[in-house]
Amino acid sequence: MNLDATSETLLRHLAPQVVGVITRRFRDFASAEDAVQEAMIAAFTQWPKEGIPENPRGWLIQVASRRMLDQARSEIARRERETAVAAEAESAAFTLEIEADMDPDDTLILLFTCCHPALTTSSAIALTLRAVGGLTTAEIGNAFLVPEATMAQRISRAKQTIKASGVPFRLPSPHERMERLPAVLHVLYLIFNEGYASSIGVHLQRLDLAREAIRLTRNTKSLLPDNPEVTGLLALMLLTDARRAARTGPDEELIPLDRQDRTLWDRGEISEGLELLTTALSKGSVGLYQLQAAIAAVHDEAEKAEDTDWPQILALYELLKRVAPSPMVTLNHAIAAAVVQGPAKGLELLRALDSDPRIAGHYRFDSVRAHLFEQIGDREAAIQHYRMAARRTTSIPERNYLMTQAARLTEE
Amino acid sequence: MKYILMMNTMKAGHGVPGWPKKDLQAHIAFMRGLNKELHQRGELVSAEGLSFPDQAKLVKAGKDGTPVTDGVFAESKEFLAGFWIVDVDSPERAYEVAAKVSAAPGPGGAPLNMPIEVRPIMSGPPPEML
Repeated sequence: MNLDATSETLLRHLAPQVVGVITRRFRDFASAEDAVQEAMIAAFTQWPKEGIPENPRGWLIQVASRRMLDQARSEIARRERETAVAAEAESAAFTLEIEADMDPDDTLILLFTCCHPALTTSSAIALTLRAVGGLTTAEIGNAFLVPEATMAQRISRAKQTIKASGVPFRLPSPHERMERLPAVLHVLYLIFNEGYASSIGVHLQRLDLAREAIRLTRNTKSLLPDNPEVTGLLALMLLTDARRAARTGPDEELIPLDRQDRTLWDRGEISEGLELLTTALSKGSVGLYQLQAAIAAVHDEAEKAEDTDWPQILALYELLKRVAPSPMVTLNHAIAAAVVQGPAKGLELLRALDSDPRIAGHYRFDSVRAHLFEQIGDREAAIQHYRMAARRTTSIPERNYLMTQAARLTEE
Repeated sequence: MKYILMMNTMKAGHGVPGWPKKDLQAHIAFMRGLNKELHQRGELVSAEGLSFPDQAKLVKAGKDGTPVTDGVFAESKEFLAGFWIVDVDSPERAYEVAAKVSAAPGPGGAPLNMPIEVRPIMSGPPPEML
């Protein structure tokens, strides 16, 4: 028997709060997070059989606390002496019904803890999904097509790194929060991107990471309602996710934006995204995510591909180039310039990337150049770059697409 | 990013079964330790050792589609002895693991310096956003 969707949502929502309570009580984030994971797994198996407990949060706290006590006891037995932690654990056993130590900021603290700057992005992602998202190790492993045991190790190592860094479990100061927020948003962004990029038929049984990222970002927005970049990131996710149904064909082939059936786009997500974006932009400080969301919005607002306001997109990329310069932004800027000012202009702008090692070997660089060479009528150069891009991509649908383009031009 | 690390050994020189016990044990311990380390770092997706080349069969479809087996590929000089699939943060890390594998101890404890072929695994569409 499986847990119904409503209870599962409830359970996931409670997970970070319970991690907060247990960490606060036992002053050990790494073990607390493990104990809550076990409590979650217990809930997944027991709740469908025995029904949802009257106080689900209290139930989780109780089960997790028991795990902590068991662990502390075996620890004592092993060392044959009392430790401060164990003494504290014992006293905690009598206060289980008291929930006064619950702090509404716990989820936020957890988010900052899990997106710790000392962690590699892959471990920050895994830890965030488990501690903040309330997902099981098995689900996370499955989402990244990595064995459960490997994922468990990755999470446990991440917690060791945090422990070693000595950062206390409390909300960073407002200044520090602003400094570390980009890392948090980056992790949420990558979770979304991973989900969006892999939401292709062959892996249908995989967890929907894009939805999970949207849920976590919604949560973050409710905790930091006035931050325009958090709002901008949520808008970006919704405005991108809206095109999900239209972006692949019946054989899982990728359908480029200009050839998508726009009637399949999710109007609800688009209007919510637009509304969020308007709110964010009205706050004054424009950042990376708001600008990307604004670009996504211009695409979403065009009923037909040819209606797209490309001069507006070009202007936004020019702004993005100043706010958050990166080779990918230069690349996208060149694409917009090619549409507005002609393919030759696009190719000219791309020459700036020729000697940039961060992108020189990237397939997208070649695939964009192939398209532009095709547009100016240089068939040989187009074929050469399509083939180069096909060799460099790590995506099978993308490789199929690029090889087909090269073959089409060769036979023309 | 996932990579496959393929350990190719020279067929002619593959004398593993003939190594002295001490060297063989050191080699096995090295491989075990390496797999354990990759697992503990949360990077190991899978690792498999393959049987010796004399156990290999070359299979082709016959006239009616039934398998026709042949002996081993006598003409090839190298054979795939085993592989690792790792999920790592950068290509540099994949190369680092490969270099470690390459230096596995051989007879007399000297590093084998085997060539390890490292290739990215086609792992789904790349990010479309930024």
